[in-house]
Amino acid sequence: MTRAEQGPMLRIEALTKSFGGFVALDNINVEIGKGERFGLIGPNGSGKTTLVNCISGALQPSKGTVVFGGEDITLLPPSQRSHRGIARSFQIPRPFRSMTVIENLMVAFDFAAHRHRLESADHRRDAAMAVLNRIGLAAKADVATTALTQVELRKMELARAMATGPKLLISDEAMAGLSTSEVDEVLDLLIGLCGEDIAVIMIEHIMQAVMRFSERVMCLDAGRIIAVGTPAEVMGNARVQEAYLGT
Amino acid sequence: MRKSSIAFWCGAAAFLAMVFLLTRTIGNEYPFFAGYVILQFIVLAVAWSILGGYAGYVNFGTSAFFGVGVYTAVLLLKAFAAPLLVQIVAAALAGSLLGLGVGLLTLRMRGIFFSIATIALAIIIETSVMNWRYVGGAAGIQLQRPPVMALFESYVKMLFFVQAMLAVVVIATTRAIQNSRIGRGLQALRDDELAAECTGVPTLRLKLLACVISGALISAGGAPAALYLQYANPESAFNLNYSVSVLAMSLIGGTAHWIGPVLGAILLGVTQQLLAVTISSEVNVLVLGITLVVFVVAAPKGILGLLELLPLRRRSRP
Repeated sequence: MTRAEQGPMLRIEALTKSFGGFVALDNINVEIGKGERFGLIGPNGSGKTTLVNCISGALQPSKGTVVFGGEDITLLPPSQRSHRGIARSFQIPRPFRSMTVIENLMVAFDFAAHRHRLESADHRRDAAMAVLNRIGLAAKADVATTALTQVELRKMELARAMATGPKLLISDEAMAGLSTSEVDEVLDLLIGLCGEDIAVIMIEHIMQAVMRFSERVMCLDAGRIIAVGTPAEVMGNARVQEAYLGT
Repeated sequence: MRKSSIAFWCGAAAFLAMVFLLTRTIGNEYPFFAGYVILQFIVLAVAWSILGGYAGYVNFGTSAFFGVGVYTAVLLLKAFAAPLLVQIVAAALAGSLLGLGVGLLTLRMRGIFFSIATIALAIIIETSVMNWRYVGGAAGIQLQRPPVMALFESYVKMLFFVQAMLAVVVIATTRAIQNSRIGRGLQALRDDELAAECTGVPTLRLKLLACVISGALISAGGAPAALYLQYANPESAFNLNYSVSVLAMSLIGGTAHWIGPVLGAILLGVTQQLLAVTISSEVNVLVLGITLVVFVVAAPKGILGLLELLPLRRRSRP
């Protein structure tokens, strides 16, 4: 039995998002299972980030529903979705600039993960350090986020998302700009998370990473799904090749 | 954290004891008359910084909240001859309700739009009070001070002590917020609202809370002004100068820590009082403007930012 067969954790039904006359997402239907490694690809402007925004609550869909853990969350604000277990990183990092790295993570522990009952501030700090250790940022814990490099910022975004204690983590191009060895490092980390039953949606342009990571891949083009399947199936799909390479 | 709390409360107790002692030893009324204004500005600036500093929502409606405090006191005095404490508590309630209303209506706006909405609010409320005959309308209203409490020699000295207590209450509240997860949440949403939401911070709820608390404390700080001046009129109670001064004091002091607005209020408040007796009270506004410009250009993080540059002082959060 594959993970997808255990019943969906996230179900997106007939989701459409338009901005004025422009249809960014057109009738998207997809299910993602517990702990599934799901790759989301597509050319620039195909609607990947819009889909992520509709899942995380940054945007309200024009039509359709988002169901998470059996509950309709279409109208919930992002904070409520975060409490239910949806976390994301941003394509362009959005750190809390007036804080240090560890303080950024403490926000997550203070709010999203407060149900973890890490009562004392020391406990929360230890937990935050553990996350930083895992992602390889422990040495930068007390550094101001303004002093971080782009790569470190992306790692911090991922760490902050992990600190909310998610069931579904959406990584929006977390690997852009990383070296090959760093990509492998982050991939191992994400694959490790899936081993803990955390589903991961990975948006990525680095194809080797998508191929290595994903159990299933979905390809969007101009707001529509053009292929869903195993990485090999999707890569072999003529329409996917057309969308990426042109005709 | 505990140790610093003990230090804080010892400091607060010592401050109040000193204030009380001063009212017993100094005969001249004038220092208390002037000191009251400075304490009032400390209350207003610190209370303002909860929403304006931590959350980054620049409230230009300080005068609206202040005026509502003044006129709550006026109303209660005229209708029930209510004692001062009741006036202050009622003003805080009125301010919190106003804060809730303003928050619900305006906190979905950002940046300059929020600020403009709060200015509009001040004008609307001022106009309403101006047309309310019972509390004196545009002409204002004379108020009779009740007899002073036994411990104090004069009413002004008592008000000075009361305002000092209010300052302690406001600072303690603000300090508690700063050190709690609410403070961290406000700081997060000031930096990036969407990122804060996605990290689990209920931004709208926190902003409302900040608006309610800040509004309640500003109105409470305004309540004793009615009996301090023994007169209230809409033009002075809702004077935009309060909004501008309080904003300048907070920014000049620095908004990262509660001590910033306190320093700013003392610096500008003392300067204003000195100018008022030596040159004229009209110069105040000019000096305020120049000081603000100098700080915005040379020290955008205020006095606190300058202090951080000193090698001696490691940033700590008492």
